[in-house]
Amino acid sequence: MEKIFQKLSLSSASLVFVLLIGIFITLYTAAKPAIDEFGFDFVTNPDWNKEVSLNPTSLTDTVVDMEEDSLDGEIIDEDDMEIADEDDDAILDEDEDDMMLDDEDDAVTKTIYGGLVPIIGTLLTTLIALAFALPIAMGIAVFLAEIAPKNIANVVGIAIELLAAIPSIIFGMWGLYYFAPIISDLFGGYQVSLLTAGLVLGVMVLPFMAAITRDSMNTTPNVLKESAYALGATKFEVIKDIIFPFSKVGIIGSIILALGRALGETMAVAFLIGSIFVLPQKITDPTISIPVAMANNFGEASGLGESALFYLALILFIISFAIISIAKFYFLKKAN
Amino acid sequence: MPVLNIKKFSFTYPGVDHPSLKNINLPIKKNKITALIGPSGCGKSTLLRSMNRIHDLYPGNKYEGKIEFTDENKQISDILDIKKENEFIELRQKIGMIFQKPTPFPMSIFDNVAYGLKIAGVKNKTELADRVEVALKGSALWKEVHDRLNKSAMGLSGGQQQRLCIARAVAVKPEVLLFDEPTSALDPISTGAIEELIVELKKDVSIAIVTHNMQQASRISDYTAFMYLGDLVEYDKTENIFLNPKEKKTEDYITGRFG
Amino acid sequence: MRLLINKIFLSLSVLSALIGLAFLAWILITLFIKGLGSFHFGLFLNDLIDGGLRNLIIGQFILAGLASIIGIPLGMAAGIYIQEYGQGRYANIIRDLSDIMMSAPSIVIGAFVYAVVVVPTGGTSGFAGAIALAIMMIPVVINTTDNMLSLVPRELREAGIALGASKYKVIIDIVIKAAKVGIMTGILLAFARIIGETAPLLFTSETSNYFSLNLTESFPSLTVSIYDLANEPEEASRDLAWAASFILTVLVLIINLSGRFITRNKK
Repeated sequence: MEKIFQKLSLSSASLVFVLLIGIFITLYTAAKPAIDEFGFDFVTNPDWNKEVSLNPTSLTDTVVDMEEDSLDGEIIDEDDMEIADEDDDAILDEDEDDMMLDDEDDAVTKTIYGGLVPIIGTLLTTLIALAFALPIAMGIAVFLAEIAPKNIANVVGIAIELLAAIPSIIFGMWGLYYFAPIISDLFGGYQVSLLTAGLVLGVMVLPFMAAITRDSMNTTPNVLKESAYALGATKFEVIKDIIFPFSKVGIIGSIILALGRALGETMAVAFLIGSIFVLPQKITDPTISIPVAMANNFGEASGLGESALFYLALILFIISFAIISIAKFYFLKKAN
Repeated sequence: MPVLNIKKFSFTYPGVDHPSLKNINLPIKKNKITALIGPSGCGKSTLLRSMNRIHDLYPGNKYEGKIEFTDENKQISDILDIKKENEFIELRQKIGMIFQKPTPFPMSIFDNVAYGLKIAGVKNKTELADRVEVALKGSALWKEVHDRLNKSAMGLSGGQQQRLCIARAVAVKPEVLLFDEPTSALDPISTGAIEELIVELKKDVSIAIVTHNMQQASRISDYTAFMYLGDLVEYDKTENIFLNPKEKKTEDYITGRFG
Repeated sequence: MRLLINKIFLSLSVLSALIGLAFLAWILITLFIKGLGSFHFGLFLNDLIDGGLRNLIIGQFILAGLASIIGIPLGMAAGIYIQEYGQGRYANIIRDLSDIMMSAPSIVIGAFVYAVVVVPTGGTSGFAGAIALAIMMIPVVINTTDNMLSLVPRELREAGIALGASKYKVIIDIVIKAAKVGIMTGILLAFARIIGETAPLLFTSETSNYFSLNLTESFPSLTVSIYDLANEPEEASRDLAWAASFILTVLVLIINLSGRFITRNKK
């Protein structure tokens, strides 16, 4: 019995290992066609789903005037998610045609996919979210850890954690219909944009960031604070000179962890970013992020398009894996 | 014939170069109380925890020497030879242990005392009830808890919890009981009750007790072993140790010059 | 001057807390007004195809429930391994990887399950959705189990072993029991989290307008349908999305709060 129990628990634990490796391998395998086709240029290429003609003599790709069309197509796809079946078929046919033509080696056009727009969109929304959430989250953390009397800190703490528990899709809907109009009135531009998506994302990571920052601050030993107060320091000085330096590493870790969360968030952003593969010129322009590109295009994608989405997923997975590892194993470990 | 006979025993924790116990020779005599005293870090708890091999919960410990156990049928076996799970279980049913802090299990008072019996295979309900009652009476707890046996053991006071743990250990009828500073987390009144109980128990079992409290050792023990930095400095009848120790170190410790 | 800076700083901090609370209030009030405005009990009686939410709510519970049936035992067993059996390196690596997995983007897990379940089985299904949610849940359960077991004093394990119980007996009868409340709270919070998930379901279970208990085909999901409905141009669809969001949020918050309540009560 003892042996069986031990084996069972060991295999469950190993499952984590298998899953994580499995996710990586699966994403890589599925992304392989796109990786082979586009290589690392994928990361710097802003064109998604664009037809280019291959000029056999000069080897330079001449852009067929398809940009407008494919863009329109994109937008129609968005609106008609339910009845996109015909579109689906159309895309399928297109891909198959490409393949056949490629094989026959007298291809005139092919579809290329580049990931620059969603990558930029992801990074920018995350940055905006962080810039917005960071000061407020720090303020809340200080309030909860140091300022509020215990019972108030408890109540506010629970409220903040409830805010963290609200499903992200709710943030998206609320953001789109109630928050974005106000923001676009204030700053101009579209209601769906980098800015509104980033801000709603900020509201979403706010409680998470505040809660873990508070936990980091709470690790400061009371004796340390008390000896500073005993010297006549003000609360601000104690926080600035004792608590922040003491819990600095943990706080940085918390921020990075929140950043990791924000990078991979799908639903809150999906409502607000506009979901078009166009590089934003202004902060108030619509664009797309990696999770949103996946959420909105996976269903209709096939062939190279699907593979390119997996390529994006792989990039997102690696980035967030790296960021979370840094946060957890460098900063938060060191903090403890 | 001592029930436990520790011979040339050395013990090394994992990842440490130097042994924590060096060449210990010590008998634990039948139906007597043997106290292990010494300053903290002297290895008294380490030695006690070797006697039921509870160290083996954590891997990598090194034992040398012998700890001979003479059971009720006069069979002698070396505790340090044990390797198999079932032998460990058997050993621990014969050599019980009481810990520094009370360790009531998260279940009812009755189930706590019955737990050792149940895992030892006692299924008969009336037998369980009888033996629980005997054990609780034996630990002077019956009067206080007989009307709330089904309540959680967590609701008892610290002293009651510790007596419950003793009842739990006694219920499986061990031959030896190991006490690891059993009163260090208790108030003086509870401590007195536990001490009385321990003295009472030596009718049936042999006892080894680690204590940092010299008065306690002198009050209840028949034999005392003084340990220092992993060595057994002196072992003798308790009155000899406290009234005329042979070693200078023992005297210094007894008179409070260090420790 | 020092006192002035102190005052300003403290006011800013209080202000931040107020901003945080204001957002919570804003979202909840919006949900309440919009959601309650479109709410009627008929929603619980009809399926989406008839303008109700019955199939979606039941479907969401089945998906999350099945995910729990898969995820809780696996997560607990793995947590037990890390805390009770694992020695040194391997257990630590598993703990770290599980920590990372806890923060992995949920859409990526959806894509993974799409590749390993949906594609081989030929289509979206309730099973695929439940598996995706289970993968989300496992690391959370591992984390909770690991943390809660680590709070159980070592002496309690030793006392069990010293009575002659074998290790797995001690773990099941004593250690888990001692950590029960904490683990249950963690599991409830994990359940509250996965029942509100959308991204991992988008291309695994998808959703369905009809009532279904057949886990081998596209399965009704409240969250996925909210996303679909909210993006439709008709006012009626959006109203339904608000009502659904309201129900979802109330559910999630009730589960979340009851988890906290258990711990509080026990303390």
